[in-house]
Amino acid sequence: MSLPFLITAIVTLFAAAAAMSLRNLVHCALSFVVVFAGLAAMYLQLGAQFVGFAQILVYVGAVAILIVFAILLTRSGETPNQAVIAPGWFYGIAISAVVFTMLGWSVLNSKTLPKEIAAAPETSVKNIGDVLMNKYVLPLELIGLLLTAAMIGAVIIALKEPSKTDNAGRKS
Amino acid sequence: MFDQLDQIFVTLKHLLMGYVPERWQPLVSAVISIALIPVIFPGLFSIVTILERKGLGRIQNRPGPNRVGIPFTKIRLAGFGQFIPDGVKMLTKEDIVPRAADKVVHFLAPVVMLIPVLLAYSVLPFGKNMTIADFDAGVLFFFAVGGAVEVSVFMAGWSSRNKYSLLGAMRAIAQMVSYEIPLILSAVTVIMIAGSLNLSEIIAKQNHYTAGIAHWYVFTPWGFVGFILFLIASLAESNRTPFDLPEAESEIIAGYFTEYSGFKFALFFLAEYLGMFAICTLGMTLFLGGWTAPFACLTWIPSWAWFFGKLLAFVFLFIWIRGTLPRLRMDQLMNFAWKFMLPMALINIVAAGVWHFMGADSLRWVYSGGILAVAYALLGRGLMNKQKLGKRTYRYAE
Amino acid sequence: MTPLQICLLISALLFAIGFAGAVTRRHAILALVGIELMLNAANLNFIAFWRYGAHPEALTGVLFVIFSIAIAAAEAAVGLALVIAIYRHYKTSNLDEVKELKG
Repeated sequence: MSLPFLITAIVTLFAAAAAMSLRNLVHCALSFVVVFAGLAAMYLQLGAQFVGFAQILVYVGAVAILIVFAILLTRSGETPNQAVIAPGWFYGIAISAVVFTMLGWSVLNSKTLPKEIAAAPETSVKNIGDVLMNKYVLPLELIGLLLTAAMIGAVIIALKEPSKTDNAGRKS
Repeated sequence: MFDQLDQIFVTLKHLLMGYVPERWQPLVSAVISIALIPVIFPGLFSIVTILERKGLGRIQNRPGPNRVGIPFTKIRLAGFGQFIPDGVKMLTKEDIVPRAADKVVHFLAPVVMLIPVLLAYSVLPFGKNMTIADFDAGVLFFFAVGGAVEVSVFMAGWSSRNKYSLLGAMRAIAQMVSYEIPLILSAVTVIMIAGSLNLSEIIAKQNHYTAGIAHWYVFTPWGFVGFILFLIASLAESNRTPFDLPEAESEIIAGYFTEYSGFKFALFFLAEYLGMFAICTLGMTLFLGGWTAPFACLTWIPSWAWFFGKLLAFVFLFIWIRGTLPRLRMDQLMNFAWKFMLPMALINIVAAGVWHFMGADSLRWVYSGGILAVAYALLGRGLMNKQKLGKRTYRYAE
Repeated sequence: MTPLQICLLISALLFAIGFAGAVTRRHAILALVGIELMLNAANLNFIAFWRYGAHPEALTGVLFVIFSIAIAAAEAAVGLALVIAIYRHYKTSNLDEVKELKG
């Protein structure tokens, strides 16, 4: 495993830990951006060019901005005075440690993982396009439908109800 | 002879590589290619600031800066040395950080803005065989790093703890996100017809000549409309007038970079202009054939000369638009993006599809252009009719 | 430890961190952020298997991740819209205080 990959992985993990534990929400959101960028770098190093660029475009360019807007619209931009950790945090951390141990153990002791390192696959955007239009056309159309439904749903949920005003201009 | 002039930079680099030992060659090659970007484009930026000030001055019927030529001498050079004292001023000004500002984020915001903009230059073709990183998915890379600029705008606006900075940042992000969609959709028509996301291949598809005129995509109906949409969207993405509400001096002082002074402001300024150049270059590559010549008789001019000539023409066009058009209000801006440009970009994709599938017929010009003309008439006139431009009324003075 | 195992361990650690954050933080948005982190960890898993597994030319891993990114973006949008609507009603985004069904 090459050194840049390990360094990127360590930076990503630190940023993820920071994103989950910082007090100020905007700092959490910004460390989250670092996590996304680190993951995109890892995808690029594993040879998945298209996915790496799509990750930056969608996650850093759109989802992170969405999270930041939501933080500002719910007035959570300042550092909170009260506790930020829920009661019962100990059980949460314990369960996540157990989850990691189980996953780690099953990865390290698995007999079905391939042992040899295969050569890097040659893939081009043209192949992705071909496969998307021939083999995976049904998921593609469903994703389009899902994104439309999600967009309409999100707009309707977050829409401000039109307030009714009477003749004197008072709102009800 | 002109071919050698065309490839002069490539041959120079190969010569230099000959002197470097075998092991270090990839690294030195990459370093040389990359090092040229921060040298050439900030130089272009300084010249463009002068051109802009003088151009705007002449449009506004005044001469612009005309005293500083070479500093410490009496040579005036009609004011073209103004960028030297401007640069020195920006570098030596005091770096004021507001007391309540979030120091780390405030410090990092200009850096986070500059890095994606410089990254975007790595996929742009500056001449024949002169691309730094010829990715398979070059256009996608460009738009991806363009989207990363929005995070830095937010960082700048929020960390200043200034409600006007935050408001300017929110407006800027809303504007950038809204105009990113027509930008990408108008680029999608070119990608669809060219069949590749690779910028060198898109240029290669435009590099043929019929009757002495190049096959640039701008000479087709969908390409022309796509080019206009791309131009308007790139004005909005670079926060230039008429879309500069987030940073206009008469509106919100300087919007998201109000609280920045000295070198950090210089970095923001540089990043904004470099972003403008990058997106002009992309528009030029997608629609105007990049480094190719428009007429077959002019192909002897080197490709990099065409590149910089076209880039300067675009920059002149942007400066001209800045001096001429008034600013759009925020709601007018958003209406324009979502209600006119987005449907127009989608109909442009349909028109491009019609063009492609009708083959080499000459009737396809009529159909493609007809769809676009009808769409423009309906959308444009339809939107204008909704405006009730009557007598001005006041809300609270009843 | 093969490179595949290292990638899988990194993704498992990211998943565990995301899970811990989603469960222990009080703010509604951070729960959503934890979920996004878990989805990203799964994406890394897919890409690792695509790169080091059998039949990488089938592009299944890459396509799965592309669809997963799209779905995660849609889900983040709807989730954040819900958080905004809840804030408007309860005037708080603290998950511990949003515990009554009364409108």
